[in-house]
Amino acid sequence: MQMPKPNARVLDRKDRITARLRAALPNCPVISDPRELHAYECDALTAYRCPPMCVVLPGTTDEVSTALRICHEEQTPVVPRGAGTSLAGGALPTADCVIIGVARMNRVIETDYDNRFIKVQTGVTNLSVTGAVQEDGFFYAPDPSSQLACAIAGNIAMNSGGAHCLKYGVTTNNLLGVTVVMMDGEVVEIGGEYPDAGGGLNLLGLICGSEGQLGIVTEATLRILHSPEGARPVMIGFNSNEVAGACVSDIIRAGVLPVAIEFMDRPCIRACEAFAKAGYPDVEALLIVEVEGSNDEINHQLSLIKDIAMQHNPAEFRESTSAAESAAIWLGRKSAFGAMGQINDYMCLDGTIPVSELPYVLRRIGEMSQDYGLDVANVFHAGDGNMHPLILFDANKPGDLELCESFGADILKLCVEVGGCLTGEHGVGVEKRDLMDYQYSPADIEAQLRVKDVFDPAWLLNAAKVFPLAHTEARRLKGALPPSAS
Amino acid sequence: MKPTGEVELSEMIRAADGPLCIQGGGTRGLSCAGDVIETTGLSGVSLYDPGALTLVAGAGTPLAEVEALLAKEGQRLAFEPRRLNGLLGTAGETTLGGIVATNSAGPARIALGSCADHLLGVRFVTGAGEIVKNGGRVMKNVTGYDLVKLMAGSHGTLGVMSEVALKVLPRPETEATLAISGQTPMQAQAMMARALGSPFEVTGAVHIPGGDTLLRIEGFEASVTYRAGKLAELTGVEIASRDADSRTTWADLRDLGMFANGAENLWRLRLKPTDAPDALARLQGGKALMDMAGGEIWFEYPEGDMRDQLKGLTCDAQLVRGTGAERFQPQPAALAKLQLGLRARFDPRGVLNSGLMG
Repeated sequence: MQMPKPNARVLDRKDRITARLRAALPNCPVISDPRELHAYECDALTAYRCPPMCVVLPGTTDEVSTALRICHEEQTPVVPRGAGTSLAGGALPTADCVIIGVARMNRVIETDYDNRFIKVQTGVTNLSVTGAVQEDGFFYAPDPSSQLACAIAGNIAMNSGGAHCLKYGVTTNNLLGVTVVMMDGEVVEIGGEYPDAGGGLNLLGLICGSEGQLGIVTEATLRILHSPEGARPVMIGFNSNEVAGACVSDIIRAGVLPVAIEFMDRPCIRACEAFAKAGYPDVEALLIVEVEGSNDEINHQLSLIKDIAMQHNPAEFRESTSAAESAAIWLGRKSAFGAMGQINDYMCLDGTIPVSELPYVLRRIGEMSQDYGLDVANVFHAGDGNMHPLILFDANKPGDLELCESFGADILKLCVEVGGCLTGEHGVGVEKRDLMDYQYSPADIEAQLRVKDVFDPAWLLNAAKVFPLAHTEARRLKGALPPSAS
Repeated sequence: MKPTGEVELSEMIRAADGPLCIQGGGTRGLSCAGDVIETTGLSGVSLYDPGALTLVAGAGTPLAEVEALLAKEGQRLAFEPRRLNGLLGTAGETTLGGIVATNSAGPARIALGSCADHLLGVRFVTGAGEIVKNGGRVMKNVTGYDLVKLMAGSHGTLGVMSEVALKVLPRPETEATLAISGQTPMQAQAMMARALGSPFEVTGAVHIPGGDTLLRIEGFEASVTYRAGKLAELTGVEIASRDADSRTTWADLRDLGMFANGAENLWRLRLKPTDAPDALARLQGGKALMDMAGGEIWFEYPEGDMRDQLKGLTCDAQLVRGTGAERFQPQPAALAKLQLGLRARFDPRGVLNSGLMG
């Protein structure tokens, strides 16, 4: 993976830039000590690291604005950072960048139950949003696996999903408004406190998922919902991936809309069982299907699901009868990543496919696994076709990372071939950047670049991400000119 | 002009030497000056996968055709696109492209979101004639910028859509309408907020000033009965109709039947639901409908710009029927600059629906 050559004119001004930031932001940490910068040299895509020039941690929107204005005047690249949990390298620094991190901005500004929204600073973690309203019976729906650690800023940048979005949608469907600081420091309010607020073109939908390339979102107004009366999962085991896939499709067609349908294949089941001892059966494919409502409503939906499942002769059908059993059913699934981490280094992919292509794609991944000589375990959100193949490799073995990346790229190309996409909820970042040409034509990409031209004409914000470098080179070089020439 | 394919559409746009008026079935009263490009030749469902809840179709495909196809599989477009024929006295067929271009959605928007929330992918031709796709046909997709959301509600100002991919949902087994009469807007708003702040999954909440306040719940028979009971305890509403009768009620609310055949200017106001009683008080008189628990008010206002009455209230308004005022909500300077910038880059000659959206 290539990153652009650092801009020497920016590096030469490092002392001046950090001094200006310190002087203008007396209440903000401005970090430039090489030892302290190590903490910011990567995100959760740890294979790539690069310390930034410096890090600024503002506490207010105004301070973000001041920092950006100075960076803009100095024509200095900026990489925004939430909690640094991106699996796609969305917060990976370049050597010539200033990181502007919102981690200190973690205040809940307002909760409004009559209008069902919460307004927060975007450094708050995903889980703490629900935490702020759950005593009153409400919750924030998007639930990425990293929700304990990940920040709303990053959720908005990547349009994060989670296990429960089959029913509740992803971040963009739960976002009402944002305060965005543009690269030149201008503070802009987009959307508001009610759905589709403001009229005009849908800039809110454009900001969400723009991977920190259009502006830095410092405050967000999020839709909250009342929690369901209850929820309960069932576990259904099958001796074939095809049959499990057909069962998912039949459940959806029958008009039952579970909040979650999770799918694990045998390698994943075995690894999870060895790690978490959740009592999973040794089958080819395992579904966890969760429904919500009152006790009677849950019973009714589960009986429908059972009828459908029984037509497919499952090897196992386990209905939870208590909170403890529900927890046991989820335990294995929730420890999937930990279980893999114990076995080996792994790379987590995030492609989406049409649900009907599931059996074919799983078979092809199995064949590729043989060819590459690397094991792969599959765990994914089956209801919406969002796959998370986990490829196991040995980071200490020369060439294994490259082999793993090549295998991963082949899986993602397969996702595109069958009508899906490169990334369902993690974002492109640097990880999938060079695969964009497989999904999009030059005209498709050019249309997206023009959006960035409008929001960040000098191409300073997180500019080395998302699009293959060859597509953006001319624009980035234009932005890298010294201030006097631009 | 009526292209029958994307390439032909692109050639027509490239060849244009003046303004173009982009039209689907012409039902939404948005025609503007210029040569008409009619998208009804870009018609037909190219993919429908009920097990994956997705449908792909030409932008000019009639809504009625799509709904009939979905109904066979017990599915539907859950955001309830509004048909405006009655409201505007228009004769054509509502098309998918028109729905997407106006981001239309009915009362279900309060629970299930607008058209944009159900739009998975688009293909469109820019004002320079370039053919662009964005998104796709899968439910979760964060690959690159979300131009899909941008195109929803863009009123043909950024490109002419040729194909759209939509998420569809199961049609509920049954539904019920719960009603209470005699409430003031203030009481109605408070009641609807209470219902929506409950776990009982209300998918419609409207109040007609001087008339009824209505809630809708949908789902399996037993669940609807159970939730109706719970909502009655919580808010005092009673079951007014079920099944087909309830569906008829909400189809009429969706298509704004109470304003049909009218000549008065008709506005759509969006605001924070709890601000609705204040807004209605300021706009006194006139026929009105509070949808979205107050978050969307449809309102007849004889003449002039009703925005003048709402100073100090955070809201946005669109003139849907009539003339004599700015049709679209004027945008603050910072947002206007961004929007004009986008339009200049997607339609550099300014030929697409140039009279719309400011």
